[in-house]
Amino acid sequence: MKRLFTPLVVMVAAMFAYAPIAIQRAPYESTMGLVQKIFYFHVPSWIVMFTAACICGISSAIFMFAGRKRADRVAVAAAELTVLFGLIGLITGPLWGRKAWGVWWQWDARLTSALVMWLVFMAYLLLRKYGGAGSEKLSAVLALFGMANVPFVYWSVNVWRTVHPKTTVVMSLEPSMGWPFLLCSLAFVGLFALLLASRVRLEDRRAELDELYLSLGD
Amino acid sequence: MGQGTRDKGQGKREKGEGTWLALAAIVCSLFVIGGSAQAQPPLSEPRSNTEIVLKQPPSPPDGFVPAGDLLAREQLPAAPLVIGAYAVAWVAVFGYLWSIWQRLGRVERDLAEVSRRIAAGERR
Repeated sequence: MKRLFTPLVVMVAAMFAYAPIAIQRAPYESTMGLVQKIFYFHVPSWIVMFTAACICGISSAIFMFAGRKRADRVAVAAAELTVLFGLIGLITGPLWGRKAWGVWWQWDARLTSALVMWLVFMAYLLLRKYGGAGSEKLSAVLALFGMANVPFVYWSVNVWRTVHPKTTVVMSLEPSMGWPFLLCSLAFVGLFALLLASRVRLEDRRAELDELYLSLGD
Repeated sequence: MGQGTRDKGQGKREKGEGTWLALAAIVCSLFVIGGSAQAQPPLSEPRSNTEIVLKQPPSPPDGFVPAGDLLAREQLPAAPLVIGAYAVAWVAVFGYLWSIWQRLGRVERDLAEVSRRIAAGERR
């Protein structure tokens, strides 16, 4: 990852620099107009949130069953990113909804389940911060529950009646809308990889510091 | 006598203030009641199956359709929302990057300090 870091930074920066041009060139959606352009940042932020939640859950499982401390550090980093990108999705969504639906928020299946999932990962971080000794295992279990929410949130729009657009929207995009969306999605995934690597490095350095403190105590 | 007049005057002032407060409370209550009445239109029972169908929310879109031409006035009200959404995303990402940088800097400083203390202890 160290060798890939700088090229990835350059690539992601170039993608984000070109993204506004691609979004501006994308056609307006017939019923929603300009506000639909929030879609190009809103959906990628959820894609990344789901990815981060799955990484957090899988790493937590590895930590729980194999006892690898490095996996726990990856889980903490991924949980923080789940909360970050979830927050972006939870704020940009109502800004879109205000124009598209006339309301900021609806307590429907998709919005509520997404909020609950975000709250689970908020609880994970709070548990890590204030839970004291032994909170790693407890939070790892919480991360598994958080990850289990991902399919429910994703398919909620197809199973229940909701005002939120269905998942078929992404697959049925016309090329003029599909390319900007793909570009933004890849840029977000790249950004996520960079942030995750940086955050894991912070956890690694913290672990080194803890070991040094212990050796100082001896 | 002077004391009594002052007390009476104070009493009148307090009464006056009380009246104003009561009036303000009534006006505020009216605004709140009016606002909530406007926000929640009275519920009426649907009388027929057609009315039940008409009262259903519109079904969510299955796909996005690009529009050819759009009126300029359509674009204006959405602009602050779109700009706001993009601003939120950027502020969140840069804020988080800044927080990682700050935390990493603190940990590096602590690491250097502890390493220095360990080295000093070994020399002794």
